[in-house]
Amino acid sequence: MVTKTDRIVDGALYVFLGLFALSTLFPLYFVVVMSITPYTEVLRNGGFVIWPSAVTLEAYEQILASARIPDALRITLIVTIVATAINLIVTTLLAYPLSKKSTPGRNGILLAIIFTMLFNGGLIPTYMVIRELGLYNTIWAMIIPGTVSTFNFLIMKTYFEGLPQEIEEAARIDGCGEIATLWRIVLPLSAPILATIGLFYGVGHWNEYFKGIMYVSDKDLAPIQVVLRNMIQTPSVSQELSLNASKVAQLPPETIKMATVTVAIMPIVLVYPFLQKYFTKGVMIGAIKG
Amino acid sequence: MNQTLAQTKQPTAPLKSAARRKSFASLYRGRWMILMMIPGLLYYLLFHYLPMAGILIAFQDYNLMKGIWKSPWVGFEHFRTMFQSPDFPQIMKNTLLISIYRMIFNMIPDMLLALLLNEIRSKWFKKVVQSITYGPHFLSWIIVYGIVFSFFAPGAGLVTTLFREWGWGELNLLTDPDYFRPLLVVSDLWKNVGFGAIIYLAALGSINPELYEAAAVDGAGRWRKMWNITLPGIRSVFVLLLILRMGSILDAGFDQVYIFLNARVFGVGDIIDTWVFRQGLEQLNFSIAAATGVFKSLIGLIFILGANKIAKKVGGSGIW
Repeated sequence: MVTKTDRIVDGALYVFLGLFALSTLFPLYFVVVMSITPYTEVLRNGGFVIWPSAVTLEAYEQILASARIPDALRITLIVTIVATAINLIVTTLLAYPLSKKSTPGRNGILLAIIFTMLFNGGLIPTYMVIRELGLYNTIWAMIIPGTVSTFNFLIMKTYFEGLPQEIEEAARIDGCGEIATLWRIVLPLSAPILATIGLFYGVGHWNEYFKGIMYVSDKDLAPIQVVLRNMIQTPSVSQELSLNASKVAQLPPETIKMATVTVAIMPIVLVYPFLQKYFTKGVMIGAIKG
Repeated sequence: MNQTLAQTKQPTAPLKSAARRKSFASLYRGRWMILMMIPGLLYYLLFHYLPMAGILIAFQDYNLMKGIWKSPWVGFEHFRTMFQSPDFPQIMKNTLLISIYRMIFNMIPDMLLALLLNEIRSKWFKKVVQSITYGPHFLSWIIVYGIVFSFFAPGAGLVTTLFREWGWGELNLLTDPDYFRPLLVVSDLWKNVGFGAIIYLAALGSINPELYEAAAVDGAGRWRKMWNITLPGIRSVFVLLLILRMGSILDAGFDQVYIFLNARVFGVGDIIDTWVFRQGLEQLNFSIAAATGVFKSLIGLIFILGANKIAKKVGGSGIW
C-alpha cells in the first residue's frame, strides 16, 4: 500500500520536523556557549563561537559574587515556594466544594469566577487595590495577587468531578466528614493533578516579572527576571550588578548577560522532565472545559 | 457570614419560612464546604471584583490625596480626552495589527505542526520532536528576549556578526521599526508553537480511526483523508480558539511587547497596554489610564460575546 510518493512525503516530513526541532534547540545552545566561551576566543572569532575550544566559568563566578543576582535568586526562590504552596492550598479548597453539585450557591459562584475571565478592572484599578491593601513594595505583592489562576482552578475542578463518587460515599458512611474525606481520600487520589498544577504555578512564579515591575520598586526585592531585564537593556553590566569594574573589564558584557540568562533557565530545565510527563493531560482536561 | 445575616431576619409568612428553613438546612449541611471556599472567594473579591469597582475612577478626576470617595466626578470627560489624544489612532492601529498578526501566525502554524506530527508514524521520533518544541513555552519573555538579544544585539549578536562578516553591512534589528513586528511574531512562534499544537493533537487523537479505514477502503489517498476527515475533525477546536482569540483582540501581549519595546520603535510597537502602563504608573494620569483600560475590557467583552453568537449561528456550537 505504501507508494513511492508516500515514502518521499514521509522522508520530507522527518527531515522537516527534525530541522524544526533543532532550530528550537539551537538558540538555547548558543546562549549557553556564549556564557562559557573565554573572551580571547570570542575576540579571535569576531564576536561569536559555535564550538568553543576552551571553557571558562568566569562569568558565573562574577554573577555569583555580584551584589544583585544571588539576592534576586533568593527572592524569586522564596516567592516561588511560598506562592506555589498558597496556590495549591487555596485552589484545592475552592475547586473541591465547587466540584460537588450539592454545595450551596455553586452555580452562582462558578459564574462569578468565570466572568473574571471575560472582564476585568484593568491595570490601574488593580494597582490601586494592591496599594490600598498595603501590599505595595512587600514580597507579598508578588505572592498574593496570583493566588488562584482561573484556568488552573477549572482544570482541578474537572479532575475532582471525574473521581469515582463511590469511594467518597463509602468514606462518608464510615464517618468521615467533608474535610477528612478531602484530606484522606481525595487528595491522595489527586497526586498527578496536584503535581501538574503545582508545576504550572511554580514555573509561572519563577518567570513572573510583571508584578516585580508593577508592585515593587525596592531594588532589594527585585526578582531575577526583573534584574535580568535591567541587565540586558543596559550596555554596561557592572553598574547594574555593582560588580568589581576592573575585573569585569576582562569579560564582555554579553558573556555575563548570557550567563545570567542561563542561570534563570536552569530551574526550568531541571523541572521540565517532570513537567513534561504531566502537562499534556492537564492542558487537555482544561481544554475540554475551555 | 451570609448565614448569620440571614438568620437575624425573622421569617414572616409560614410558606416562606419553610423554604427558608430548607435553605438554612442546606447551608448548615454545606458549612464545611462553604468554609473551605472562603480564602478563594476572598481572593476573587479582592483582586478581581474590587478592581472592577475601581473602574469608577475613570469617571472621576482622581486625585491620590483625596482618594476615591472625595475625588470630583467628571463623567465621560476622560474617555473624550482618550479618543481625542493624538496617540490614540496610533496605539489602536499598533494593537490591532500586532494582535491580528499574532492570530494568523499563531493559530495556523500551531495547527500545521499538529497535522505534520500526526502524519509521523515513528512514535519515539514524534515524542522527541514534541518534547523539544513544547519546551520554550515555559521560558519567560525576558529570557526569550535575552536569546533574541544574543542573536541580534548590535555589534556582538550572532546574526549581526554574520552579516558584517559576509559584507552585508550593519544590522540593527532590535531598534529597526520595520522589523519590530516580525520580530515579535517570530519569537512568539519559537516560544509557543509547540505548546499550541497540543490542543490540536488532542483533537486529532479523538478522531475515530474507523473513518480512516473506511476512507482507505473507498480508495482515498493521504490528501483526500486529510481534507475530508482530519480537517473537519479539528474544525470545532479551531473555531473555539478563534472565539477566545477574538475576545482578546485588544490584547497584543503586554508581557512580550513591554520587553521588546524601545524608544526607536514606539511608533510601531506602542500598544494600548504599554500606553496605559506609561500613562498610569509613570505619568500618574490614573483616570485617563483607567478609562483606557475600561474601554479595552468592554471591547473585549463585546467581541467575545459577539464571536460566540456568530459561532453558534454558523457552526452550531459556541463556548457556552
